[in-house]
Amino acid sequence: MGEAEPAILMRGVRKVFAAGGREVVALGGIDLSVAPGELVCLLGPSGCGKSTLLNAVAGFSPPTSGTILAGGRPVTAPGPDRAMVFQEYALFPWLTVERNVAFGLEMRGEPRQAVREKVAAWLEKLHLRDFRDRFPKDLSGGMRQRVAIARVLAIDPPMLLMDEPFGALDALTRRNLQDELLRIWAELGKTVLFVTHGIEESIYLADRVVVMTYRPGTVKRIVPVTLPRPRDPASPAFNELKKVVNALVMEEQARHAVAEMGAAAG
Amino acid sequence: MRIARALLVPALLLAAWEALSRSGAVSPLVLPAPSQVLLRWVAYARPAEPWDPARGGAIAWLFSGELPRDALASLARVAGGFAIGAGLALPLGLLMGARPAVHDLLNPLIQVLRPIPPIAFIPLAILWFGLGNPPALFLITLGAFFPVLMNTIAGVRHVDTIYLRAARNLGADEWTVFRRVMLPAALPHVLTGMRVGLGVAFIVVIVAEMIAVNSGLGYRILEAREYFWSDKIIAGMASIGLAGLAIDLLMSRLNGWLLRWHRGIEG
Repeated sequence: MGEAEPAILMRGVRKVFAAGGREVVALGGIDLSVAPGELVCLLGPSGCGKSTLLNAVAGFSPPTSGTILAGGRPVTAPGPDRAMVFQEYALFPWLTVERNVAFGLEMRGEPRQAVREKVAAWLEKLHLRDFRDRFPKDLSGGMRQRVAIARVLAIDPPMLLMDEPFGALDALTRRNLQDELLRIWAELGKTVLFVTHGIEESIYLADRVVVMTYRPGTVKRIVPVTLPRPRDPASPAFNELKKVVNALVMEEQARHAVAEMGAAAG
Repeated sequence: MRIARALLVPALLLAAWEALSRSGAVSPLVLPAPSQVLLRWVAYARPAEPWDPARGGAIAWLFSGELPRDALASLARVAGGFAIGAGLALPLGLLMGARPAVHDLLNPLIQVLRPIPPIAFIPLAILWFGLGNPPALFLITLGAFFPVLMNTIAGVRHVDTIYLRAARNLGADEWTVFRRVMLPAALPHVLTGMRVGLGVAFIVVIVAEMIAVNSGLGYRILEAREYFWSDKIIAGMASIGLAGLAIDLLMSRLNGWLLRWHRGIEG
């Protein structure tokens, strides 16, 4: 990894929120580097700041201190080079599937014909062709997330930021979309930063799993996953890894539970 | 079967009313029988003169009766006042919703003016504009203005930030975010405001016509009272009810079509 410039580079990223007159340190100095084409999962219990970190990389909410470089440039604002896929899909409900996917291309001022062709190609690739005239409300959760993925892939960003994108889906749909993501990732070589609280999901997808600590969020341990893809969650090697990661996450989950009970008692 | 059930209560009431009026227990001046109201209604609605092809088209003839002319006069006032009121409230509401500084500047004044019923402006309106259409339009404008304004502000302020984030993430600049995200996202609220505003405008037009002008449905029922034409009063009231229902149905259809993407709406 040493020779190429990292796709994402975080140095001393801290984030402090003011909550009810108290200061809450959400991120306590994160150093992390993601190589181009790498698929990295941020894993931790809720409250570990993994979404906060992703939002900082996306440019929605700048860190209190520290720097984030994306593609070698400091992050100052949201931009299409760091395309985001949200857990809540964030499709525009007033636009049809086709027009949602076209949105980013239109923002770039691409000619109408080019937009139409690209949109058609992405709808085809994500098996959405028959749904192009539907509104988001008429689609299932899995279909909506496919549209959201098509919408960001259409603008061909160097990296994808995914904030628990499959968290609201049923288990079968989730596996289906995980495989779809891996297929696209292998084909296009995008850098992916993927936030999840699913231990199995992180091992199934990632090159490296970044386990985060509970408040303040820091990097607890980086677990490389070298199992060949497609990975079999029932295999012994997968389960060995799952035990290791599970132990790390449960330590933080326990701190989370203690902190919550303390807050309730206080 | 459902239609029969829906009609049962009104039919019974009408029958009881008819019986009561015919029994002579109440004076027909106070409460005319429904059959008498119906006859009067037909006379009120019917073209004044027989059909004469030499004097203009069939449609003009069909609408030459007193009732169609009154209804058109009232609806034209509602349309005019609503267009002005909503036309002013919409851009102002968008601006106030999107720019907190403008909101802080204007909100206190609006909060003081808003609870004053438009009807309470009648004396001032006549003082300022005299009699005739201008004060009526002013009152209707006022009636439509505040519901559209308040709902537009709320609509813009309640746009889910996730849509704004998604749009910025896809490369939209601030103007595009406003035009292509805030505006459509606020549309359900805006249309609710318009529906309420239109309802208020319709109430206000009837009152304004009773006071400032001598045409329209509101004027006609007050005029009928002067002659003790209680059957015409009731026929006029029924006409007002039907016109209001028609406006609301039309607006509801339009909303349904404009919001066909919206979760809460069937179809």
